[in-house]
Amino acid sequence: MTPVFTYTKGMTEVSTSYCPGCTHGIANRIIMETLDEMGKLGDAIGVGSIGCSVTAHQFMNVDMLESAHGRAPAVASGIRRAQPDKLIFTYQGDGDLASIGTAEIVHAAHRGEKFCVFFINNAIYGMTGGQMAPTTLIGQRTTTSPEGRTVEQAGRPIRISEMLATIDGAVYIERVALDSPAHVRAAKKAVRKAFAVQEQKLGFAMVEFLSTCPSNWGLSPSDSIKWLRENMIPYYPLGVFKEPEGLKND
Amino acid sequence: MAEKVLMKGNEAFAEAVIRGGCRFYFGYPITPQSEIPEFMARELKKRGGAFLQAESELGAINMTYGCAAAGGNVFISSSSPGISLMQEGMSFLCSAEVPCTILNVSRCGPGVGGIQPGQADYYQMTRGGGNGDYKIPTFAPANIQEAVDILYEAPMLADSIRNPVAVLADGMLGQMMEPVALPEQKKQYSPDEIAEYKPWALTGYNAKADKKRAVVKSLRLQPEALEEHVEKLFKKYRQLEKELVRYEAVDLDGADIVFVAFGTMSRLCKEAMEILADQGIKAGLIRPISIWPYPAEAFDKIDFGTTKVVISTELSMGQMIDDVRLAVNGRLPVRLIHRTGGMIPTSLEVVEKAKTILEESK
Ligand SMILES: Cc1ncc(C[n+]2csc(CCOP(=O)(O)OP(=O)(O)O)c2C)c(N)n1
Ligand code: SF4
Ligand SMILES: [Mg+2]
Repeated sequence: MTPVFTYTKGMTEVSTSYCPGCTHGIANRIIMETLDEMGKLGDAIGVGSIGCSVTAHQFMNVDMLESAHGRAPAVASGIRRAQPDKLIFTYQGDGDLASIGTAEIVHAAHRGEKFCVFFINNAIYGMTGGQMAPTTLIGQRTTTSPEGRTVEQAGRPIRISEMLATIDGAVYIERVALDSPAHVRAAKKAVRKAFAVQEQKLGFAMVEFLSTCPSNWGLSPSDSIKWLRENMIPYYPLGVFKEPEGLKND
Repeated sequence: MAEKVLMKGNEAFAEAVIRGGCRFYFGYPITPQSEIPEFMARELKKRGGAFLQAESELGAINMTYGCAAAGGNVFISSSSPGISLMQEGMSFLCSAEVPCTILNVSRCGPGVGGIQPGQADYYQMTRGGGNGDYKIPTFAPANIQEAVDILYEAPMLADSIRNPVAVLADGMLGQMMEPVALPEQKKQYSPDEIAEYKPWALTGYNAKADKKRAVVKSLRLQPEALEEHVEKLFKKYRQLEKELVRYEAVDLDGADIVFVAFGTMSRLCKEAMEILADQGIKAGLIRPISIWPYPAEAFDKIDFGTTKVVISTELSMGQMIDDVRLAVNGRLPVRLIHRTGGMIPTSLEVVEKAKTILEESK
């Protein structure tokens, strides 16, 4: 009998620590499934970050390390010097990448570092209990914007994909969402493309995932999906912001 | 022994650490050590490694962490304010047991301070600055040859203890020229050899004989697990306290005064000792070479029958004096001679101050 569905070798058989309905788990899984399908699990090195995904190395079945808050792109740049031929990726939240780690991400992109960045934008600091992130939407209530974020107080939410797409060294930038099966399939294609960019040594590649945080948004998993679709996608449009010419993608 | 060549301190340090096995350097310009990144930018690529100018010292230490966790032998240098920025990362490296070699060519603080030589980073280097319980073996050479010899051994020492190893060389040593003999090139490991030489390193598990994946980590949310980990680190540190102590003890027998000084200041003390001897005052010197672990045992060699006072002599407001007091442990009065802000005393100034202190201690 041919199995129609099997567990991916890319994930360890450990239950994840993510809250029910959190889409971090989907992002973890499609990245690992992609590496598995590419036959590259044993040639990959992952860089975790600080946030709810800090324990991702327990679930992602590849060589991996934890990095300090925001520093993952610097850490990956260092790994690249010692391991010129491995597939390297970072996995970072929006507090990590878009706030404390902006210098590292901008300069890694600017140098055209040849690794993939998987950026989980859930418009909030998940791990620390729901504080405002640079990506928090106008009007969105968080524990540090209790009356809703205002432009006067905190400026407008930062659009990282659009910003990085202006940098020459960043050659592939796509924003995807994890709110529907069709979007998850598209997200997986984007992950595959990002790895293809790296394999072909074309430059820096990032996929931004719009992701949910039911626990800190104070919504049920299904309402969270709806909130993402109705509020995040209009402000953070999906699509390819940049793609290298000559990218061969099987 | 190799032939001696005249070299500027900073360039000799860089050459020594490459010959000691280092292949990677990540840095950010800062006086008085910018000759080091400049030297590395010229040399490392030719010698099978890589140089990368980081966006900041925060970037540099985290590149170091990644590269070293992936098995690279990394050297990193900076000066005082840059070292401050690196200390979050140093704590992380110690916690994750990732080795590297660190050099602080120190200047004056606090704050951006000044660019003249200083020793006010003694606390910074021996007390951490990063969070949590950790230690970094730190050596304070007094001349370029000694710095070269220490930096030559540092990369392999760091690898063997899986912890950073640091050198504190004040700006005077970095900027002066002295004749040095450079040792032979040690073996450097290629990416293919790393998996075998460092089985804990991130190489992708296919590279490992047992195909087991490696995880390099710091976070331990369970208190039991974290306590166990920190206790394990300190078992290693206690062993290093026994093995790494280094110092020079000069003329302690029959001394009236014992100076304690490291680095540049110890050279001035040696000059002062000769002048004092001409005036009939016997002065000895304890010169810590390892400042962590601190050579407390050297103080047991003081001639307590003759010595009236121990004088910590520092280019700071007095930082090492805390360790001197602990090591003397109440057996003698402990006093301070110091200048700061980049001011360097003359040996005559040290002599006059020492004589006053000796009079007051009789
Ligand atoms: C230097 C430092 N500052 C602050 C923290 C506390 N901290 C841990 S996780 C986190 C926010 C993470 O948010 P995000 O990156 O959005 O990840 P998420 O949990 O939402 O996936 C913060 C501020 C830390 N660990 N280190
Ligand atoms: S706190 Fe939010 S981001 Fe973190 S695991 Fe829970 S739902 Fe996901
Ligand atoms: Mg977040």
